Amino acid sequence: MSRFQALTGNDAVATAMRQINPDVMAAYPITPQTSTVQKFADFVSDGLVDTEFVCVESEHSAMSACVGASVSGARVMTATSANGLALMWEIVYIAASTRCPIVMSLVNRALSAPINIHCDHSDVMGIRDSGWIIFFSENGQEAYDNIIQAIRIGEHPDVLLPVAVCQDGFITGHGMERVEIYDDADVKDFVGKYRPQWSLLDLEHPKTYGPLDFYDYYYEHKRQQIEAMENAQDVILEVAAEFNHKFKRNYALFESYRLEDAEVAVIIVNSAAGTTKAVVDKLRDEGLKVGLLKPRLFRPFPAKELVDALSHLKAIAVMDRSVSFGAMNNAGPLFLELVAALATHGVQMPVADYVYGLGGRDILPREIEQVYRQALKTAETGQVERMVTYLSVRE
Amino acid sequence: MTQLKGWRDIPIGGMILEAGNAVEYLTGGWRAFRPLFGEAACIHCMQCWLFCPDSSILVDVENEKMIGFDLEYCKGCGICASVCPVNAKVIRKGGEELERDDPRLCILMVEEGKFGEEDSE
Repeated sequence: MSRFQALTGNDAVATAMRQINPDVMAAYPITPQTSTVQKFADFVSDGLVDTEFVCVESEHSAMSACVGASVSGARVMTATSANGLALMWEIVYIAASTRCPIVMSLVNRALSAPINIHCDHSDVMGIRDSGWIIFFSENGQEAYDNIIQAIRIGEHPDVLLPVAVCQDGFITGHGMERVEIYDDADVKDFVGKYRPQWSLLDLEHPKTYGPLDFYDYYYEHKRQQIEAMENAQDVILEVAAEFNHKFKRNYALFESYRLEDAEVAVIIVNSAAGTTKAVVDKLRDEGLKVGLLKPRLFRPFPAKELVDALSHLKAIAVMDRSVSFGAMNNAGPLFLELVAALATHGVQMPVADYVYGLGGRDILPREIEQVYRQALKTAETGQVERMVTYLSVRE
Repeated sequence: MTQLKGWRDIPIGGMILEAGNAVEYLTGGWRAFRPLFGEAACIHCMQCWLFCPDSSILVDVENEKMIGFDLEYCKGCGICASVCPVNAKVIRKGGEELERDDPRLCILMVEEGKFGEEDSE
């Protein structure tokens, strides 16, 4: 039987980790991820898991230990945030290229400098081209559910890629909410046993991992990673279908909220999507045709499916919790990806970008309401007044 | 090199599934300096055999003798010459620089293409 518990998002993820019972966990403390691994360390000390818990001296070492354990055939998990992820960066790429299905809880936090411990998405956007599958989670429940599904997705023989599951630092990471925790046996049954096809510890069949790879084969190995990303989307949907059936959920590539008959929509990920839903309800009560689309999967980017879900709209507002400095109009990554998707699929649509919440700056319902009202105006005129707006920054 | 394979036909992640396949890679082609064996000076201490990173020191196992170099794999790194205790004991006059192809040495390093016919394999 599942049960409802009052848990922080980090504790919900730690609970998923306990239920998954990975072979190896290697992590280094960094705010706001710390409480996840701290809680998991309790589980290790209390003998509730069989995990080999590796305390390392840095995040670079944490991800290195994860790669080593993964090629040895272990089911491996880790957690980090912001500067910790930045320090991992070299090995983040190596994990993907070596095809290690490591699952990482990434509790989003602003990158330094100036130093800041609060939420934005600059950390995860730094690894968007690294070859990791990337999920966003609105709340603790989604973080918990995504972590469980991530195990199956990453380890699928057609995928074999690492998976990062994001949630917002402090906002959901430390915010306590009602989370449905499934029966341990059901989660265990769902994730199954990891049966790696190859293992460094298979002494009967010695093999080499991470060798030198020049102009003659490196490119072919990159092509294989592209194929794995191509395969991932179907696997993600298959795993979601099974998960939805077993645990009575409704996961897909993204979530649509009052979108079907909407004229304008906001595209937004993670916790602020929850606030946006409340704004949608308020504006709907006023008779305004507004909706929301919340991407769950960011890598691989489900371009065609997103375009299909959005093509009936008259205007779109994307909300980005990070900036791609120096990119077109200094916009955010989500906007850039979405306008490219719309353009390549032949959809003409006015789209504006709203950068918000950098370094944990609060985003208020009235600000989101302004975004909707601007989008409704754009829908009437067909003209985007300003391509990128930096919401609530002081002049 | 054999025919290069397509991306569908190679193991993922750069894995090499067979052990010991380095023998298929003839690294001798990388060589800029070639070791020559000064057989008369050799004391057969096997230091070169111990240190060679490419297992390219040829040994007569029965008689426990160093007998030369496997030039198909020798990259010409010169580690053998630098760890050779006979080389280390070559006595010079004060200020005299030791050429790497000095005939008094047990292992001489000579530039590829700049050695006498009698030295070639």
